[in-house]
Amino acid sequence: MTALKDSPLVLGFETSCDETGVGIVRGNTLLADAVASSVDEHARFGGVVPEVASRAHLEAMVPTVQRALADAGVTLADIDAIAVTAGPGLAGALLVGAAAAKAYALALDKPIYGVNHLAAHICVDQLEHGPLPEGCVAMLVSGGHSSLLFVPDVTGDVQPLGQTIDDAAGEAFDKVARVLGLGFPGGPLIDKAAREGDPEAIAFPRGLTGPRDAPLDFSFSGLKTSVARWVERRERAGEKIPLADVAASFQEAVVDVLTRKAILACKENGADHLLIGGGVAANSRLRVLAEERATKAGIRVRVPRPNLCTDNGAMVAALGSELVRRGRAPSHLDFPSDSSQSVVDVVVR
Amino acid sequence: MLLLAFDTATPAITVALHDGTHVLAESTTVDARRTGELLAPGITAVLTAAGRKPGELTGVAVGVGPGPFTGLRVGLVTARALGDALGIPIHGVCTLDVVAYQTKTEEPFAVATDARRKEVYWAQYTDRFTRSTEPDVAHPSLISERLTGLPVAGEGAVLYPEAFPKAIGPRHPSAGALAELTIRRLQSDPDSLMFPEPLYLRRPDAVEPGTRKRVSTS
Ligand SMILES: [Zn+2]
Repeated sequence: MTALKDSPLVLGFETSCDETGVGIVRGNTLLADAVASSVDEHARFGGVVPEVASRAHLEAMVPTVQRALADAGVTLADIDAIAVTAGPGLAGALLVGAAAAKAYALALDKPIYGVNHLAAHICVDQLEHGPLPEGCVAMLVSGGHSSLLFVPDVTGDVQPLGQTIDDAAGEAFDKVARVLGLGFPGGPLIDKAAREGDPEAIAFPRGLTGPRDAPLDFSFSGLKTSVARWVERRERAGEKIPLADVAASFQEAVVDVLTRKAILACKENGADHLLIGGGVAANSRLRVLAEERATKAGIRVRVPRPNLCTDNGAMVAALGSELVRRGRAPSHLDFPSDSSQSVVDVVVR
Repeated sequence: MLLLAFDTATPAITVALHDGTHVLAESTTVDARRTGELLAPGITAVLTAAGRKPGELTGVAVGVGPGPFTGLRVGLVTARALGDALGIPIHGVCTLDVVAYQTKTEEPFAVATDARRKEVYWAQYTDRFTRSTEPDVAHPSLISERLTGLPVAGEGAVLYPEAFPKAIGPRHPSAGALAELTIRRLQSDPDSLMFPEPLYLRRPDAVEPGTRKRVSTS
């Protein structure tokens, strides 16, 4: 209990997309994870509308901070440091969180860390499964990202191994859900529809798996087009669309490629731990297949619980906490938000 | 009293500190693309210049626009967060009213600021304290006839001299003037101070998808 009390109390802000997240962490202990989502406002547009997201962040910011403080049972006066997503993400949305975090840091006279969203996705697992093993491989898959990373040190050395060359994995789920008339966001809806279907019913293509393709990059655009074509052909012929089979076969094509490449990344880098984060990490089939293939290869899989996989403030607070613990220098108050921030920049100073 | 005032609804990121009698410090930088980088350091700069601490602030005055959304929101969320962190009131003031106050004009005039997309945010005034129309956004040519002969303050007049030939100063709002105007209103007409809600005046650009596009060509 003494050790817990000695660890600094960190307030984290996340506004890179459509979730206004405020988290509070002490050491590796999660105290609050308040999230306000504007996802319902985007549903009728079939995707996140940046200006709608930014407006919602402004309205939700202070109430979400207050909710997080109440949940954690602490006051602003107790906070030791502040962390906020500096990038990557939607430019206007990032700015709302950064400005709010800077104002709290200034008013409370506490250090602020402008941090990388992807590193935060990795670090959040410390809240659930303890310190990260040195040199693990992380696969981040969501509506905004699909990347494989080698992580010798989440506070300062994160190396990109591969990423999508077109659509993000979660984006492919959204687009295929629209083709199937399932709604938005597509991930959970396809996951559910797929449970009743046969993953081998239709042989959809596995993108970038040829002998000459970049072994650790992804491509999901061709797959999405192939599903749309398959559905259109049946529609034109007046045939009924086997929704569950299409969903299951599409999902299998995505998670087959993701897990195959993730295991390969572990082997190539001598990593015996694979961490999976991002919204798509909540996909039930991805979890099962990753576990199955990793076990065969002698690799341990770490996946945070679903509400820590999606964007949230706790992940930013977790990274902030680790930065404080390692004595890393904080950011200056004029640090910029960067919508295309590279993963190698863990902290923007 | 120690009032912190700032406005980010135009390319000028302007911050000032006022003790109820005088402007103690003011800092203004014109760079619309760096609002998020410049505002917080501007606030610490005026506090440091006046030898005061954030905890001594008794209120925040903020320009609520109208103005380009991204920069405007930086100011508003900063004001709301400071108000929450310090437990002090936040007073919202229409940015066009600040520019009007700075003209020192007692004759009818208008204020027009840059709304981008070849439009201006604008309003009409009977004197420097009295706005006679609601703030609006429009193409300069559509309002120039209505404003024939009237002087026009703000950057809109500088950008569109054909529509607004009688340009007067200032070009941008100043936070020192925002602080003065806020204190006047606190004394004479506190109801005229607004909750810091942004005056967007435009809806977000977003289109609902129509019927699904076919991907096949045949
Ligand atoms: Zn994310």
